[in-house]
Amino acid sequence: MSKLTPVLSANWDQADSFTIEGYKRSGGYTAVGKALAMKPDEVIQMVKDSGLRGRGGAGFPTGNKWGFIPQGDNKEHYFVVNADESEPGTCKDTPLMMANPHVLIEGVIIGSYAIRANYAFIYIRGEVTHVVRRVQQAIADAYKAGLLGKNILGKGFDLELVLHVGAGAYICGEETALLDSLEGFRGQPRLRPPFPAIAGLYAKPTVVNNVESVASVPAIINNGVAWFTAMGTEKSKGFTLYSLSGHVNNPGQFEAPLGITLRQLLEISGGIRSGHKLKFWTPGGSSTPIFTDAHLDVPLDYEGVSAAGSMLGTKALQIFDETTCVVRAVLRWTEFYKHESCGKCTPCREGTWWLVQVLKDLEAGKGSAADLDKLLDLCDNIMGRSFCALADGAASPIISSLQYFRQEYLDHLSAGSCPFDPAAATLFESAGVR
Amino acid sequence: MAYTNEQIAVMDSIIARYPRKRSAIMPLLHFVQSIEGYVTNEGIELIGQKLELATAEVTAVSTFYTQYKSKPVGDYHVGICTNTLCAVMGGDAIFDAVKEHLRIENDGVTPDGKVSLEHIECNAACDYAPVVMVNWEFYDNQTVQSTKDLVDSARAGNPIPPTRGPKTLRTWKQNSAVLAGISDGLANEGVQAGEPTLLGLKKAKGGA
Amino acid sequence: MSIQELSSEQKVELITCVIDGFEVTVPKGTLVIRAAEKLGIQIPRFCDHPLLEPAGACRQCLVDIEINGRAFPKPQASCTIPVENGMIVKTQLTSAVADKAQKGVMELLLINHPLDCPVCDKGGECPLQNQAMSNGRGESRFEGAKRTFEKPVAISSQVLLDRERCVLCARCTRFSEQIAGDPFITLNERGALQQVGIYEDEPFNSYYSGNTVQICPVGALTGTSYRFRARPFDLVSTESACEHCASGCAMRTDVRRGKTLRRLAGEDPSVNEEWNCDKGRWAFKYEVAKNRITTPLIRDSNGQLREASWPEALAVAAAGLKEARAGVLVGGRATVEDAYGYSKFARVTLGSNNIDFRARVQTQEELDFLTSTPSTAAYSDIDKADHVLLINFEPEDESPIVFLRIYKQVHKRSIKVTSIAALSSRGSEKLNANLIKSAAGNEVAAINSITGLTNKSVVLVGERAAETVGALSAVANLIQKTGAKLGWIPRRAGEVGAITAGALPNLLPGKRPITDAAARVDLSTAWSVDSLPTAQGMDTQEMINSDLQALVIGGVDPMDISADAKVKLSKKFIVSLEIRQSDITEIASVVFPVAAVVEKSGSFMDWQGKVRKFEAAVEQSLNRSDVRILSILADEIGKPINLPTVKSARAELESLGAWDGASPSMKSVAGTEVKSLSNDEAILTSWRNLLDKGSLQDGEENLAGTARASVAVISKFRANNLGVRESDLVRVSNSYGAVTLPCVIGDIDDSSIWLPRNSINSQLIRNLGVVGNSVVKVAKA
Repeated sequence: MSKLTPVLSANWDQADSFTIEGYKRSGGYTAVGKALAMKPDEVIQMVKDSGLRGRGGAGFPTGNKWGFIPQGDNKEHYFVVNADESEPGTCKDTPLMMANPHVLIEGVIIGSYAIRANYAFIYIRGEVTHVVRRVQQAIADAYKAGLLGKNILGKGFDLELVLHVGAGAYICGEETALLDSLEGFRGQPRLRPPFPAIAGLYAKPTVVNNVESVASVPAIINNGVAWFTAMGTEKSKGFTLYSLSGHVNNPGQFEAPLGITLRQLLEISGGIRSGHKLKFWTPGGSSTPIFTDAHLDVPLDYEGVSAAGSMLGTKALQIFDETTCVVRAVLRWTEFYKHESCGKCTPCREGTWWLVQVLKDLEAGKGSAADLDKLLDLCDNIMGRSFCALADGAASPIISSLQYFRQEYLDHLSAGSCPFDPAAATLFESAGVR
Repeated sequence: MAYTNEQIAVMDSIIARYPRKRSAIMPLLHFVQSIEGYVTNEGIELIGQKLELATAEVTAVSTFYTQYKSKPVGDYHVGICTNTLCAVMGGDAIFDAVKEHLRIENDGVTPDGKVSLEHIECNAACDYAPVVMVNWEFYDNQTVQSTKDLVDSARAGNPIPPTRGPKTLRTWKQNSAVLAGISDGLANEGVQAGEPTLLGLKKAKGGA
Repeated sequence: MSIQELSSEQKVELITCVIDGFEVTVPKGTLVIRAAEKLGIQIPRFCDHPLLEPAGACRQCLVDIEINGRAFPKPQASCTIPVENGMIVKTQLTSAVADKAQKGVMELLLINHPLDCPVCDKGGECPLQNQAMSNGRGESRFEGAKRTFEKPVAISSQVLLDRERCVLCARCTRFSEQIAGDPFITLNERGALQQVGIYEDEPFNSYYSGNTVQICPVGALTGTSYRFRARPFDLVSTESACEHCASGCAMRTDVRRGKTLRRLAGEDPSVNEEWNCDKGRWAFKYEVAKNRITTPLIRDSNGQLREASWPEALAVAAAGLKEARAGVLVGGRATVEDAYGYSKFARVTLGSNNIDFRARVQTQEELDFLTSTPSTAAYSDIDKADHVLLINFEPEDESPIVFLRIYKQVHKRSIKVTSIAALSSRGSEKLNANLIKSAAGNEVAAINSITGLTNKSVVLVGERAAETVGALSAVANLIQKTGAKLGWIPRRAGEVGAITAGALPNLLPGKRPITDAAARVDLSTAWSVDSLPTAQGMDTQEMINSDLQALVIGGVDPMDISADAKVKLSKKFIVSLEIRQSDITEIASVVFPVAAVVEKSGSFMDWQGKVRKFEAAVEQSLNRSDVRILSILADEIGKPINLPTVKSARAELESLGAWDGASPSMKSVAGTEVKSLSNDEAILTSWRNLLDKGSLQDGEENLAGTARASVAVISKFRANNLGVRESDLVRVSNSYGAVTLPCVIGDIDDSSIWLPRNSINSQLIRNLGVVGNSVVKVAKA
């Protein structure tokens, strides 16, 4: 019955999956030898042919990104892994790095070799100490095993890999903000162009890839393009990690071919919280417009979700049942964006600040129906007006919630307060709030 | 306090990791927190000297990132996720209860300096909601009572160990050193993954 | 690269695009916002500034853009996008989307902006106020609580910050980093709490901080001295020139009811672009100092100065000068016209070539250098330079806009900068200069060691080069050998003009050599006099030491020349033309009050030789330029110079034109032996800090508050020898006196010690009788 395809997660049930021995026992570090025996351009071509697309949210083809790096330019190139997983609802890279940091390192070696980079960085968010330990140890062990450093596997390829630990800033998931942060500045997005492929880290050609994207590369090298393209849909190839959370009986990570539906995932996992029904959900984190129970059969691939009016994003499926107040949920997300706005541009800095005030009033039942129109107009003045996509993400849940649940907003206003009991939505609701 | 020669040498080794030294500012700030508990003026001035930056440039960076603290936090810094999903599933209730329990507000520290409290944003463990972090270690599937027990144990100096992390919870300063890139040798402790992480694999293998 | 910087030698590729239906052709690389300006279309903006790197932060300048039929899906910031062929731009004038986007951004900018325009210094000249009117909504829809901050915060003694007014455009922080190289103000915190700030223990003590006040598009940054003093619409603005140094800044002087309230940097792309230094901006209180001289004074029979009428004072002065062997000392504050007046007065009225503008160390070698070796460099040469060589010249302190221009190229092109100096200064560190460490007096070997200069190199020499025997000879040789461009950059605004005006003992106006008969004939014809004195006159020091009976002195402080100058001068009949009472007033027989720069018209000549004209900003009866008084005095003596007005002096000097005959060649002087030192001795080196005890800075405490601390710089080697640590006191002494200052251990030649030349607790002529190139004893205090 299972549509699941564990690849990245295949060895996670081994107690020592995060060690170099554990990884090697399950076939780890065999792809790197194959890749280093190929020409770098052949590696890039293979990744291009696989159709692998960025798993960090934007879905840009990974091989193309690698192909943009100018060659023979006598400049240093850099390979940077975006491990700053912070999008609300997103929880795939963190357990991946905790359970198997070596597959990421193997991907880094292959990617760096392909783009002719001799220096690579993993930029990990700072709020996950134990994951930092695991990746630190994995890098140290890879050096010891001759997989990093000078003359890797005797193939004449040199690579230094540095783990860079962030310090609490969602915006550093935006690749140019990440680069500024890595250079030792405030993590604020840069003007583009120039794009990182031309002037990235230290103004040198740079690839920035998401953890899951990089970690997917060794399997493609090992199993081939045909194996990979056999999974997924026409334009969304391969497998990916879907993260199911919220009001479900069994939350967790599910690795499946792109294009699976929420209905199928719920069937596999065990369904919505017993006795409750699906109200709304995010397909790819809080920045992607919300869906409702009308979208259970939307294929969760880049095109399918987009066609239904949202984005695949990080495939962070946050499920909320009928006990959840959508206004409260949206307010809280908006507070998040306000907190994480870098402050650089006006629409995001001031807009999120204003949106929070408006939503707080609405959640408390203050205001009139005209305020909903004002709210939408504010979103219109913020979305697509800001420096980077953060503010677009902030507007998305508001616009989509008003699209599907306008009446619920009005109900707050007519009740003069929030009609929901927050205790009913908690997991320990049956036990009562102690 | 003055930094020892050993500590200065560690700072130099952190700087040496990078092709350009300014990149070392973030690990150096973590390092300062591992020595002093927060970002002190002395730390800022030392980093400025080491990286040849104006002190204003160092504060510009230190104030941008929320993990850098401008005043002391507790030995055990408790972060309760109140982003939407965790909040709805119980994070709000936990946060309110713990504030009342400890009689401190957001960003407060208990008078004994043991425990400080902060509501945090999504910490990438939504399948373990509601999530609480202490010194940025995972405490999964929390309830009001479990978190109260957790902070009580921390105040007593015998904290409950993390769900996915080392066998013993380390202090704020100790963990800050890890974030600065200094290994504490504890990577092998703790589970490789929790149940939700393994659920898909288990289902794929035909598990219940 | 902006339009101005595209050098004329390069072939400029042109781009044609359409903005609001109008075609416009601009050089490649031009930003949309500037192409629109060319059409007269004003797109509102805050963070955009043509001299700063684009930020795209405020989002006020959003426009709709399509290229070759493909439209951007959302409005774009026109301050970040260069034009392309086939680009069609629709601004707020033709696109409803752009118009709504701009109104939306403006509304967001205003939600947290206080409505304190009536009490805000910026009100009336505020880009936010103006553009809110032109491009904003009539009514706010914001009903919430505005962000507030504690206010104001003094980020230095001269700049105040009101954070709630700030729109976070980052102009100030970008200026500080990109233009001044002083990143002492930064954006701190983030999101809605993002704010400009300093590190708590390090104020914004940049020499250029005032520019941030000027470019702040709101009232967030204000100058302490001007705060709450005036409304812009009550001010009368006059274009002006800066009287402080030879950088030559265009200025604007704002006056209300006869009183200068502020001065701003004027715009001149070929000189100061849009910047100036804080001294130029804020040091103007001297003109209203209590010791301002307002009437003529004469010394009575009791030796006391008393007020006198003009006719009486003129008669006494004329009587004292008429038959005397006399000379003229004229200081660096003189305008070109005034210097010309002094020059002509010396030759025609006093019948002497005894005139010198150099109120400082001066040598015959320098005189020969200035006569024989023309400066050829300009700011534009720095823009194109492959290498800038600094010789006895600290541009940040001694010509701050020259510093900015070099820094710009260091920031943009990482050009090579070499400094021949005893130590690495903050300025040379910012320029990333390669230091050729030379003790004072020992620079000749360093100059001779320079290789690799090309005709695209620029050699900038400071006036202090005269303090080293042989240095200027070596410079002349270097220039001849390499074809590099030379810039001799004196410290004060009047000096370059004084050369042209002939205020030197060996030069007549227009740089005519005194020894050239044809040159003398030129002048005597133009001046309608029978003949001119033929012998080279005395220089400043010679005049002071000589048995001359009388001197006319304008703008000279004897303590700039030598410790005993005042005593020697006191034996002579002194006619003083001065703004304020000074050491000269105390010994003068006759004193004439003269106008300060804001009260008169005239011109300076910057180090490039470019004329910097200015008109009187303050209309008042005291408007008497030196030249006018000299002309009346000459009439009284009976040997008129016929320069009754500044205008007439300017016209006459212009009509004389420059000398087209041969100039004498440089008489080379060899360097001297290196001094040998014992362990407790050092060679003194010094220069004047930009902000110090200079008399034109008097009365501006807020400015003085940002001056660099007085310190003695010694090497680590010497510090170890002395057993001192950083900030311990050291005593520097010689047979004349001593200076005691905290030490800084720096990158300085081991045999040298550096002291500020004229700062608090370190006024070297006063304290040590010397300024440099001299052996002093150094001890732990």
